[in-house]
Amino acid sequence: MTRYLLRRIGLAIVTLWILSVIVFFAGQVLPGDPGRAVLGPFASQSAVRQLDHQLGVGRPLVTQYLSWIGGLLHGNMGFSSEYRSPVAPFVVTAIGNSAKLAVLALVIIIPFGIAGGVLAALYTGRGVDRTISLGGLAASTVPEFVSGIVVIIIFGVALKVFPYPTGSLSGLSAPSQLDHLILPVIPLVLVLFGYIARMARAGTIEALESDYARTAILKGLPRSVVIRRHILRNSLLPTITVIATQTGYLIGGLVVVEQLFSYQGIGRLILSAATHKDFAMLEAGVLVIGIVYMVATLIADVLYTLLNPRLRVGVSG
Amino acid sequence: MTAAPDVSAAPGQVPVAHGLAAPPAPWRLLLRKPTFLIGALILLFWIACAIFGRAIAPHDPLAQDLLATNSPPSGAHPFGVDSIGRDVLSRVIVGARDILLIAPLATLLGTVLGTVLGLAMGYFGGIVDTLVGRVVEAVLALPVVIVAFLFIVAVGPSPLTLIVVVGFIFTPLIARTVRTAVLVEGQQDYLASARLLGERPGYIMFAEILPNVFPVIVVEFTVRLGYAIFAVATLSFLGFGVQQPTPDWGGDIAANYVLLGAGYWWETLFAALAIASLVMALNLVTDAIEQVISS
Amino acid sequence: MTDQGAAEESPHGVPAGPGGPSLQKAPRGRPAEPAEPAPRGFPGGRPPGPAEPTLDVANLDVTYRVRGQNRPAIRNVSFQIGNRESYGLVGESGSGKSTVALALTRYLPRNGLVTSGSVSIAGRDVLALSGSALRALRARTVSMVYQEPGRALNPSIRAGRQIAEVFEIAGLDRQTSTDRAEDMLRKVQIPDPGQVMNRYPHQLSGGMAQRVIIAMALAAEPSLLILDEPTTALDATVEAEVLDLVAGLRADMATSVLFISHNLAVIAKMCDRVGVLYAGELVEEGPASVVFDQPSHPYTVGLLRCIPRRGQRKDHGRLDAIPGFQPAPGQDITGCIYADRCALVIDECRTSPPPPFGIGPDHSARCFRHEEAEGLPRSTPADASLPAPPNADDPIVTLRGLSTTYKNAGSELKALSGIDLTIMRGETLGLVGESGSGKTTLARALLGLVVPDPGSVLEFDGSPLPADLRRRPRQLLRAVQIVFQNPDSALNRRHSVRRLISRPLSRLAGLSGSRLAERLADLVRSVRLEQRHLSLRPGQLSGGLKQRVAIARAFGGGPRLVVCDEPTSALDVSVQAAILNLLADLQAKEQVTYLFISHDLGVVRYLSDRIAVLYLGRLMEVGPAETVFAGPHHPYTEALLSAVPSLDGQRRERIRLAGEIPSAATPPSGCVFHTRCPRKLSTGVCETTEPPLAEVEPGHLMSCHIPVEELRRLQETPR
Repeated sequence: MTRYLLRRIGLAIVTLWILSVIVFFAGQVLPGDPGRAVLGPFASQSAVRQLDHQLGVGRPLVTQYLSWIGGLLHGNMGFSSEYRSPVAPFVVTAIGNSAKLAVLALVIIIPFGIAGGVLAALYTGRGVDRTISLGGLAASTVPEFVSGIVVIIIFGVALKVFPYPTGSLSGLSAPSQLDHLILPVIPLVLVLFGYIARMARAGTIEALESDYARTAILKGLPRSVVIRRHILRNSLLPTITVIATQTGYLIGGLVVVEQLFSYQGIGRLILSAATHKDFAMLEAGVLVIGIVYMVATLIADVLYTLLNPRLRVGVSG
Repeated sequence: MTAAPDVSAAPGQVPVAHGLAAPPAPWRLLLRKPTFLIGALILLFWIACAIFGRAIAPHDPLAQDLLATNSPPSGAHPFGVDSIGRDVLSRVIVGARDILLIAPLATLLGTVLGTVLGLAMGYFGGIVDTLVGRVVEAVLALPVVIVAFLFIVAVGPSPLTLIVVVGFIFTPLIARTVRTAVLVEGQQDYLASARLLGERPGYIMFAEILPNVFPVIVVEFTVRLGYAIFAVATLSFLGFGVQQPTPDWGGDIAANYVLLGAGYWWETLFAALAIASLVMALNLVTDAIEQVISS
Repeated sequence: MTDQGAAEESPHGVPAGPGGPSLQKAPRGRPAEPAEPAPRGFPGGRPPGPAEPTLDVANLDVTYRVRGQNRPAIRNVSFQIGNRESYGLVGESGSGKSTVALALTRYLPRNGLVTSGSVSIAGRDVLALSGSALRALRARTVSMVYQEPGRALNPSIRAGRQIAEVFEIAGLDRQTSTDRAEDMLRKVQIPDPGQVMNRYPHQLSGGMAQRVIIAMALAAEPSLLILDEPTTALDATVEAEVLDLVAGLRADMATSVLFISHNLAVIAKMCDRVGVLYAGELVEEGPASVVFDQPSHPYTVGLLRCIPRRGQRKDHGRLDAIPGFQPAPGQDITGCIYADRCALVIDECRTSPPPPFGIGPDHSARCFRHEEAEGLPRSTPADASLPAPPNADDPIVTLRGLSTTYKNAGSELKALSGIDLTIMRGETLGLVGESGSGKTTLARALLGLVVPDPGSVLEFDGSPLPADLRRRPRQLLRAVQIVFQNPDSALNRRHSVRRLISRPLSRLAGLSGSRLAERLADLVRSVRLEQRHLSLRPGQLSGGLKQRVAIARAFGGGPRLVVCDEPTSALDVSVQAAILNLLADLQAKEQVTYLFISHDLGVVRYLSDRIAVLYLGRLMEVGPAETVFAGPHHPYTEALLSAVPSLDGQRRERIRLAGEIPSAATPPSGCVFHTRCPRKLSTGVCETTEPPLAEVEPGHLMSCHIPVEELRRLQETPR
């Protein structure tokens, strides 16, 4: 068990390292001169060169990479060429804002997604199932900005029940913050609902058709006990992993939703960094997203291992 | 042919039954499904728009009527006019073209490359498999949209870039699915049987395994096509896809959504509904195909 | 802990006495009573019993709805099981025997429907029960044991809890339930029940899991216990133990048993009465001894003739296969369901369905010509063209010190350990062993699919055989071929039969054009396929036909050695006979050598000239087939032979193996068999020293410390 955990963490670190290399070198091939990008077309060549030197442009790539990664390990994420100040505070604030949105989305989606999937499985092939399955599929493949537009038009513009645009939450009370987050969270929830419901449905159907479910039913157990004790325990296990991998999609959705609702999160931050060629900001933001994803899947894997006796106890005589 | 069994048959002669009836052709089953028909109809409509868009559109989608700027839906402009005076209906019709060109081509590219890679990974295993697996894992840690715009920022947006970038991002994802299917096939004895005939790896991969994993690839293609539309539309919305003034649903929404607060809903709603209808139609078709293949 | 006496009393307060509470007889006439009620009871009739039968199935019809069409699966089946009686339902795949079990417990799949008839268990009309009454029936009155014990247990709940649940349904508290569960484990003779209680199913071996299921099934002291192929997934020695257990428990408990199996010998061993099911119809019924000794339905007669019995060997003549196929599901049948395959068919058989004719006491058969059934003419002539007797000292394959190790995630598994074996030109060498014995690994190593450990020597026809398939030149590739166990897996389902059979002709035999077509036609004829099969895909063929295609493929290149890896174990008995005949004929015609792998001793004995017995990757015994069967045997061979239930009544002196087959990853020290050997020497030598494989008689090798004379004496003296 401990061995498995160490192995799993080791793998996550290797993956993270590969990711950092990809992110760094992708950032390096961005065209243009960062110094010029910052100072604008009318700055003097010497000023640009000085800023370039400050930013480390022109040194060998490997050296740049090492100093960048070294800085990261010491908590120094680099220097933003756009804001002319350290990157870290921006990233920290943005992550905090995004986390509010993401956590709210997950809190809503996990129970609904699982309940929807289980319900669909219990009525396989009937109306409830077709509605949930096809509806979920549709919801999960309509881009967030599309459902977002519809949501804004209905609730923000026509009915005016929720505030739009969302803007900044600072200084707002908790209920008011929640009020502001409702609209942007809807598109995220729609996309995730389909994935989680489909996984929960597939897992539950598999469990329902299993031999052990037959054993439980023919034992004379009441249906509710069969479902609770014998079906769900086995069917929801794989769903845990799926929820974790969905954090990737969730973050992708954040980029779009934050942009659409003018909400200052990590997605909007890296988007603006990309358009303004603010490499340090971009690289730091992307790497942080990678770390979040890694940690989420790591937690899910550990949870899965802990809950699954097959993995927890191992095969012994 | 229900004759009595020939009891006095020749030595060892075992009368043999007819082959079981061949199952009905898959496409016949598809045509019986109403969800498939509805989806296919909507899909065909948008394909027609993509091909004949300019001819169907009531106005020139690029022409600006600055006097009509931001005017709501009316007889002359059923879907209204956008913030720089262009007819929304015409832009929605013509806007089908680029996305219906880019998304399928990107998916096709990803599917072809992914299939080859997945077959090789699954069949040979070993170090290649491990290495590619790690890289896939690392790329997966980032949302597709972010990876895509990182590359597009580097290379500069154009339809071709979009096709190549989305296709390349899909390649490892599709390879992973194909690899899993190949590994399942790998446990079948027909591969050992082929090796015992001295068949070469290329023959085994493409003539023995590929036909058996083909249904998986078809399903994967249709599912990925949905994601491709999702990704391309989203990239356009974020400003990394089809560039203005070319009519494009995602791009048009990006250009006009800031005016939502002012109540100009028609400038974005119709493009949004167009994307939604395209995606849902595709889902209906995909779902039907998947059901037919798995039954 | 509860005392043993408490087990006598049913935990639910329902008296478990004979017949149970005498409830009112359920109304017989269900809405869809068939227009023409078949005669019930038997003309030769059993006198009506004093007590109500535990199970009464009357005129049961079950239909599956497939793609909008109704396909009858069970037609007009009636039978009864008396109190404490054991009834066997025997049939091939597709006969509907499992559907009967599902219908009895009302657990048919959603598309399955009982269209008419009635089922009553312990006096209750099962088909009319409400939801809660049905649950109560399942909880108290009827239990079931399944084919795949590993999958029938919930993987995430400890074994003890799963048994205790049964007591909890009955209203006992958790602690009492747990104690009772442990008692049940003791009752099914599980060593160390306290520990097994806390295990998860994946930590149990197949035999152990099946004991847990049996404990669970018997916990509620049901009136009826249904066993659906309970030992089919188990190894022979484990099967023997489980069957003994069930037989023993039955003597102690007031439970009637419905035993469902495809294995006639198992049914003969376990059951008082037997019903033979064919295509959803009960064609013959009677006391087990009578049905198997004097069968009165041509199907039963044919089925029994398909099985190699009484030491039958290929040189005694061909097996008598049943021609044709079971009718396709949903096929319209006007007359006798078996008419199309029956050698005794007369016009009447095609026009009206035969009623059950009483033959003797309690014995009936649905056949107009039941009196002549035993004299059924052979459908396969007995004369076999025999291969030339193999030359005793002309090896085609020599294996010396063959070892194979599988490495997986740091752990090693030695599948084969120092095998020395020769295969003679033209012979059939039978390879016998249970799961984990390494028999399939040996085959794969010979084929070059598995690369053996360095130092292993493989020779073919006097020259070295490259271990890796990829290094074998074409003439060696064509020389060694295989027929796999499962044709579904061995044939590419996307290729046509023509392509499947042609490929070895072009790849290995180097044929093309008209010569290929000629050879193809020849090959198709010799495996008794027809030209029209060539354009079909494997999925459109039945199991037997698919195996013929696989055989044609193996013979396409003109092989000299064909490995047959359990070629008939995925097939029904009636199909198996035809395949065995075919293999024997082909050997005579093509002069090939066979390495024939099987777990079925009867089949191995029928086909083999010599036999090798493997246990945990080591050879235990090698010798001429008749010597190995006649004895003296290696103690493991002896155990295998006595584990197999026989149809012939002549029961051997039985030795039983205790415990489970050890894992090949951690083989026991010394003689690997010592942990289970009932004849282990008290000197301790078995635990410490591995016995060499030594010649004990001319051509008869054995790996055992016990002197062969001693073995002979032990095995001849009845205990």
